[in-house]
Amino acid sequence: MKLTRRHTLMMAFGSAVAAIMPFKAFAAVEDEIQAFTGGAEMGSEGITLIAPEIAENGNTVPIEVNAPGAEAIIVFAAGNPTPAVATFNFGPLAADQFASTRIRLAGTQDVVAIARMSDGSFVQARQEVKVTIGGCGG
Amino acid sequence: MADNVKPRVRVPRDATAGEEITIKTLISHPMESGQRKDGDGNVIPRSIINRFTCTFNGETVIDVTLEPAISTNPYFEFQAIVPETGTFEFTWYDDDGAVYTDSKEITVG
Repeated sequence: MKLTRRHTLMMAFGSAVAAIMPFKAFAAVEDEIQAFTGGAEMGSEGITLIAPEIAENGNTVPIEVNAPGAEAIIVFAAGNPTPAVATFNFGPLAADQFASTRIRLAGTQDVVAIARMSDGSFVQARQEVKVTIGGCGG
Repeated sequence: MADNVKPRVRVPRDATAGEEITIKTLISHPMESGQRKDGDGNVIPRSIINRFTCTFNGETVIDVTLEPAISTNPYFEFQAIVPETGTFEFTWYDDDGAVYTDSKEITVG
């Protein structure tokens, strides 16, 4: 294939878009976090997010959240096309503010869990999960 | 309506009063995210379970809002307090309006 000026320009444009994309997704998750917390300051104590460091299959990634004293925990996947994953609302008969489920991740990204405590404060935990779809464990 | 939707729930048969028990639930459901395309390039419409609740004798244990990022066959594990003999009711709400339920009795001895 002959590399014309047009091709070069198109390639440059493509890589520029690819470079901008992650920031767009990042902005979307920030907006959703803002909607949940109302812009409140977030601590980092009192919430645990357990997710694998490396997930071989992004279609089922097991995660666990635990925030003693929380009213609700919301989970985001910062790099997914729709960042929201799930909201857990705990009722009076929940023994622990704990939940475990399996989620989808589009690629390597941060998983964010934010808990709303009964006193109205917010805490968050963040963990990066590396996704190697169809890899040989590497 | 999604085919072959079958809820499965694991709850201990009996407990002591005030005991914390672990509940595991799974429902077979494709959880079509609305992001995938079929062979002709048409988007496959979203069809997921959007809400799951668990109550014990009418009191809420957990109420989960599900988004398309929850995996196929949504699985949940959580913990509940059992104050007395009664029934756990589990309800899943589908995007298409269908509601799937299951219930488990537990005896406090």
